[in-house]
Amino acid sequence: MSTTTLAPSPATPARVLKTFPRWAVMGFGGLFVMFLLSIAAEVADAPDLTSSGAFGAALRLAVPIGMAGLGGLYAERAGVVNIGLEGMMTMGTWMAGWAGWHWGPWAALVAGAIGGLMFGVLHALATVTFGVNHIVSGVAINILAVGVTRFLAEQLFTGEQGASASLSPPVSGDMPQFSVPLLSDLFGWLEDQDWFFISDVAGFLKGITTDLSWATVIAMVLFPITGYLLWRTAFGLRLRSCGERPSAADSLGVPVYRMKYVAVMISGSLAGFGGATLVLQAGQFREGQTANRGFLGLAALIFGNWRPGGVAAGAGLFGYADALQLRSDEAVRGLVLFGALALVSAALFFLWQRRTRTAAILGGLAVVAYLAYLNRPDWFWGAWLYESADSLTIDTRIVFMTPYLVTLLVLSFASQRLRMPAADGLVWRKGQVE
Amino acid sequence: MTSIGADPGAGGSVGASSRPPAIQLIDIVKRFPGVVANDGVNLTVAHGSIHAIVGENGAGKSTLMKTLYGAHQPDEGRIVVDGVERTFKGPRDAIEVGIGMVFQHFMLADNFTVWENVVLGEEPGNPVRLDIGGARTKIRELQASYGLDVDPDALVADLGVGEKQRVEILKVLYRGARIVILDEPTAVLVPQEVDALFDSLRELTGEGVTVIFISHKLDEVLKVADAITVIRAGRTVAEVLPSSVTAHQLAELMVGSELPTPETTESTVTDVVALELDHVTVPGEHPGERPRLDDVSLKVRKGEIVGIAGVEGNGQTELVNAIIGVQPLAGGRIAMEGEDLADVPTRRRREQGLGYIPQDRHKDGLVLDAPLWENVMLGYQTAPPFAKGIWVDRAGAHDRTVRVIADYDVRTPGPDVAALALSGGNQQKLIVGREMESEPKVLVAAHPTRGIDVGAQAAVWDIMREARKKGLAVLLISADLEELIGLSDTLLVILRGRIVAQLDPATVTPAELGSYMTGATGAEEGRP
Amino acid sequence: MKRKLTYALAAPALAAVVSLAVGAVALLLAGHSPAEAYKAMWQYVDSLDSLVNVLNRTAWYYVAGVAVAIGFKMNLFNIGVDGQYRLAALLAAALGAALSDLPGFLIIICVLLCSMVVGGAYAAIPGLLKVKRGVNEVVSTIMLNSIATGITALLLARYLRDESVELVRTTEPLPEKAWLPTWEIGGAELQAWVFFAVAIGIGFYILLQRMRFGYDLRMSGQNPAAAKASGVDPNAMVLKTIILSGVVAGLIGMGPLLNEFHAFADQFPTTLGFTGISVALLGRNNPIGIAIGAFVFAFIERASQILNSVGVPQSIGRILQGTILIVAVIAFEVVKRYAAAAEVRDAAAKAQSRHDAAPALGATA
Repeated sequence: MSTTTLAPSPATPARVLKTFPRWAVMGFGGLFVMFLLSIAAEVADAPDLTSSGAFGAALRLAVPIGMAGLGGLYAERAGVVNIGLEGMMTMGTWMAGWAGWHWGPWAALVAGAIGGLMFGVLHALATVTFGVNHIVSGVAINILAVGVTRFLAEQLFTGEQGASASLSPPVSGDMPQFSVPLLSDLFGWLEDQDWFFISDVAGFLKGITTDLSWATVIAMVLFPITGYLLWRTAFGLRLRSCGERPSAADSLGVPVYRMKYVAVMISGSLAGFGGATLVLQAGQFREGQTANRGFLGLAALIFGNWRPGGVAAGAGLFGYADALQLRSDEAVRGLVLFGALALVSAALFFLWQRRTRTAAILGGLAVVAYLAYLNRPDWFWGAWLYESADSLTIDTRIVFMTPYLVTLLVLSFASQRLRMPAADGLVWRKGQVE
Repeated sequence: MTSIGADPGAGGSVGASSRPPAIQLIDIVKRFPGVVANDGVNLTVAHGSIHAIVGENGAGKSTLMKTLYGAHQPDEGRIVVDGVERTFKGPRDAIEVGIGMVFQHFMLADNFTVWENVVLGEEPGNPVRLDIGGARTKIRELQASYGLDVDPDALVADLGVGEKQRVEILKVLYRGARIVILDEPTAVLVPQEVDALFDSLRELTGEGVTVIFISHKLDEVLKVADAITVIRAGRTVAEVLPSSVTAHQLAELMVGSELPTPETTESTVTDVVALELDHVTVPGEHPGERPRLDDVSLKVRKGEIVGIAGVEGNGQTELVNAIIGVQPLAGGRIAMEGEDLADVPTRRRREQGLGYIPQDRHKDGLVLDAPLWENVMLGYQTAPPFAKGIWVDRAGAHDRTVRVIADYDVRTPGPDVAALALSGGNQQKLIVGREMESEPKVLVAAHPTRGIDVGAQAAVWDIMREARKKGLAVLLISADLEELIGLSDTLLVILRGRIVAQLDPATVTPAELGSYMTGATGAEEGRP
Repeated sequence: MKRKLTYALAAPALAAVVSLAVGAVALLLAGHSPAEAYKAMWQYVDSLDSLVNVLNRTAWYYVAGVAVAIGFKMNLFNIGVDGQYRLAALLAAALGAALSDLPGFLIIICVLLCSMVVGGAYAAIPGLLKVKRGVNEVVSTIMLNSIATGITALLLARYLRDESVELVRTTEPLPEKAWLPTWEIGGAELQAWVFFAVAIGIGFYILLQRMRFGYDLRMSGQNPAAAKASGVDPNAMVLKTIILSGVVAGLIGMGPLLNEFHAFADQFPTTLGFTGISVALLGRNNPIGIAIGAFVFAFIERASQILNSVGVPQSIGRILQGTILIVAVIAFEVVKRYAAAAEVRDAAAKAQSRHDAAPALGATA
């Protein structure tokens, strides 16, 4: 007999959304984003925004971030925060550089995963067995990994042909690439037709089916595998229970310590694998190659609400922003226009939800973004954006900061509606009841 | 020898000689640093019976049960299940033998659904595929056999207390438990929900399941148990049948002497209103939810203890938090000594004489790693004797701590020991002492004697009565009906965020009180 | 008391031993003799001028450690000290150069104040994001570090640059009157900043242990719920703490600026923040521990400099530092649990004996 009854819930937008299956909502969201991109591409005269080249590059650049984020997913779903993803990725880059040089690209991938795995074991040892604060352990691992990598590079790369303490010799051999037959050409043809929206979607589809390296394919496949593993198998249920209520899992005979170890080890391996993909893309190991991608992966995890689909979307977003930087000035400005359009849409959405203050803030930001788009170097307040008064090239340092600014912005607006695993970050000891 | 109070169709009478006892614990000894929790406990539970284990807090009941369900191993003694001697290296071993434990504090993952919580660890299907449909089917089958109505796809976070308990019972039944242990199952239920639970228990024994339940609520035990074992100070002191003993005798066996009874004394209530809530409303957590506090008005006068009775989760936490100042209001006002607290932050409220004994001492009342003297400062750290201007007055804090330790019988080597080194009862006494020594004008006491032994409980009650004589105004929230009835001058009942009744503690009965607490508004008589 | 000392020393001792062992293994695998390498390191440091250099660096790392520790004590991970101090140093250097007409001590004061204000203001950003939007400060500060890198590079290259220097990008140098003094000892220059660092350490201690704010800070870090019920405003606490951390972070760059480089250029030290994190963790966030941790790190760094000349890779030093950190962090946890369990046992035993001696209130254990 229940002592309280809930009144029937009013039809708020959030609840309306909940009535549709998750994949439908995400699909619709994706199409809507593509729609906005198409508009921005037209208005800003930046076809690059929706070109298959851009999307292909976005996918390549998203892979390392996505692997780091997926690694973070496994660890945090089991209740262990893994700030050390960056260090594990770094170790992965060195191992991949070394193994790739000796034995080729496949060895690089495997070695990278092993490198990350080793530090994963260390993180698990510190946090699970010894109960060290998760963030402290992660920070310490990042510091140690950089030192170890430097030492190993100094030892094994100096004196070799085309190498130094901060560069490895090139990976011997290339990772084979392929394109999906028929589909790749079909999408390419559609893209060339220059039809509004359809060609843009085709550009996206061609980008993700053309010139794919096996590393990328493996990375992509890992996402649905993770979704199945964590939500449709007993292993996954048990792993998630360790991150939700470890004492309940323990009382039911789930080996909590062991599951956390496994999760963190998978986490490290994925981060290391991500590092290896970086090496394959660059053709060699370089010191500092990871460039904070481990942390961007963490941001993607939070942005993705601790679900594989969300992580993929977040990584894709960062990869896309990264890809556009490298392409053309129009593309960058087109992206700013897209940003303005997206902000306006978000503002309208919040207005529908009757959260007027958030809507107003977003609307204000949309105006700022639009003005930034319209900006020219000779406008009095725009000079700082461009390299010099007569060039349209946006200052490289500004471009460099963009992914971090975007991450910060996304986190600022997304952080409050998210639901992380209930026992994430909890230092759990056997016998403890939380 | 028949069992009292069993329905005719219950079946499985006590003492049926054809089967060995479901459980026999023989001379169990379990030691912890500084204390012998079980000092030679014996227990015999007949097959298919409802067997109660009674004892006060700290008598050793929980430790004994942990041994029985495999959480730890006894230092000495034997465990015999269905005639076969067993050793349990972990809960899995006990589960395999058919023993299932239902915890007092639910072990449920809030973000998981009911079926996920039930099948965790024993998932149907194979390693590659979780048989979700099969899980649901199995649960519905169990529900058909044993009652226990709850939606397998509901998120546990959305369930009420009684439903969560049903999930816990389903958990053990799903694993094939034939011996179900319940640890203080009625601690958070009201009399009507308790009856529903007891009905479920009888359904279980009707199907041949053996039930052991731990309690210190003697009237309930007498209602439903077929046999009772009394434990005191780590030993078995009696094994009785409910038909041959009264609640009072049972209590004496438990405590070893006369129980202190709550008394009604001369009224000390004055006319001056110390704390007033006026149409206070606190919104629901999510848009569209009913308000957590709905137009609540009440007054606490100097020299008065106002008791708030209610099932946990009906707004008591929000009420306390609103008064303390950590919960913003959607409407209404709160005034202390006539002053509107609208823009007064928590710090100022404490400074102006608001004392607070929190419900969860570990979470809200103490900083466990900090020494006692820093804990005694908590809530009072902005003024003498603890502070001089912007500086901490260490000497002053030490002196006050030493006094609290002495006056409130806090067992500790000294004021520099960390709070975690104290037992729960001593921690609570420290908190009570801390609040009382600072001579508050208004005291909000939430479950002030939860988890402490009977003697300390009586001491705390005396302290509160003394303070009341001196003019202290107390808002008392408690789930201990004896405490509420014994201490309160005025008794209010909260349900779904509203004050639904004002009762006279001198004449109200537990059944009547429970009836208001569940919304039956006293229209129907509670079950005998 | 003796036991407390043992506990305090056990973990660091263990960390030192393990890291030396790990370093030895790494050296052996690389084909060098650990004994020779360690001997060379020790001999290099075992001279007055080396010690002076180590002390100077210790001061730099110490300030960084204090800045981070202020946050750690409140369970706030201000990883952003790195970005905060670099931005603060750049702007303070530019300001100091611009004020070159003022008397020396006034310039110094303005530079110090500027660094503190900039550091605090930049730290307010993640603070506000956390308090208003619930953004985790670990991720936001890391993002802001990179953003600070971009901003400092931009400002230095385009607006604050000393045009008269062509080969490097630098701000205009501070006039000599605004240089902090140094004293020649044994061939090296001891920096006056060492005394500033000591003062900062003393201030840190006083704040934490003697001031009401410090009490609130520590209690909030150890149990936010209880602190809130006791009257601490959690959001205000987070903001004040992170801003204070940023203020001290701003000072990190003042040692290098006022006592060594006298301008902000590309070769200005850029990793002091992360060393500060290591040092704070090693020192368990208390004023003396951080000093010891800072000294250890500076010591190893100095000692490693000689290694190249004996053919040993310099990065062995980094391995030693990293290993010490991770082992120490684990060892601290182990010792803490052991000590806490011992304290519980002790208290139970003493309380029990007292209880047996004077029974009261019929309470059971």
